[in-house]
Amino acid sequence: MSSLNLDATFAALADPTRRAILARLAAGEASVMELAEPFDMSQPAISKHLKVLERAGLISRGRDAQRRPCRVEMTPLLEATDWLEKYRNTLESSFQRLDALLEVMKAKEKNPRKTKSEGEN
Amino acid sequence: MRNTGTLQVTTPSDREIVLTRVFNAPRRMVFEAFSKPELLRQWFGPHGWSLSVCEVDLRLGGGFRFVMKGPQGEEMGMRGSYKEIAPPERSIHMESFDDFPGESQVTTVFVEKDGKTTMTATVLYESKEVRDAVIQTGMERGAAETYDRLAEFLLTTAA
Repeated sequence: MSSLNLDATFAALADPTRRAILARLAAGEASVMELAEPFDMSQPAISKHLKVLERAGLISRGRDAQRRPCRVEMTPLLEATDWLEKYRNTLESSFQRLDALLEVMKAKEKNPRKTKSEGEN
Repeated sequence: MRNTGTLQVTTPSDREIVLTRVFNAPRRMVFEAFSKPELLRQWFGPHGWSLSVCEVDLRLGGGFRFVMKGPQGEEMGMRGSYKEIAPPERSIHMESFDDFPGESQVTTVFVEKDGKTTMTATVLYESKEVRDAVIQTGMERGAAETYDRLAEFLLTTAA
C-alpha cells in the first residue's frame, strides 16, 4: 500500500464537509444537486469538494450524463482504517490452527507408533 | 502497516495481495498441510468456519474444490485449477469464488531454512475492484454491514 494514497485519503477526510458528504453517500448514491441541498451550499462549491474526494478515490461518479450520481468507494477507507488488519487476523487465526497441526505432524513423525490414533475423533 | 502478528499482508500493487508467514516445520510438511484434504480440513478457513467440501486433485490440469460452512450455516464455495506444481517448493493455481466474478492467480512459494518454512503467497487479481472486494468480504458479512461500519467510522472521525 503506498503512503501517497493514504496521504490523499487523509487529506480528503480532513475536511468536515467532505466527511459529511461521505456519510451522506454511505446511505446511498446521490447527485450533486441532492448533495447541495442539505449542506446549504452552492452546486459549484459541492462540486469542488467532490473533485477532491474523487481524486482521493473516495468516491466515483456514475456514467448517467444528467445526474452523474456519486458513490462512496470503500478501498481508500479500507486502507485508511484497520480493515486490512482484520483481513490479516482472519487468515492468521487459520494459520494458528495450522501451527498446531504441524506440531502434531512433527510429533507423529518422531513417534510413528502413535499414528494409529489418527482420524479417531 | 501495523502487522503485529506473524502473518504479513502487503499490497505491493493495485491488483495484488502478498501473504508471508513462517511455520515452524519443514516445508514438505507445510506443503502437505496445504494440499491434503484430511489436513486442510483441520485448519483451513476463518474462525468458526469449516470445510464441508474439500477435494484436491494435485496434478497439472487438476484442481480443487472447497466449500466453507460458516457458524450460521452460510456457505462460501471456491475452486481452483493448477498451472504449475513443484512439491514441496511452489505451486501456481487459478482460483475463483462462487460468489465473485473472475479468477485470481495464486503463486505459493515455500522456502525452508533451519527447519522453518517461509510461505509467500502472491494473489494476483483481475482488477483492483475484485481484490478490494475480497479483502472486504474476508472479514465482513454483506454490504449492509460494511456500509454501517463506514458510517460509524465517518461519524467518529467527524466527532
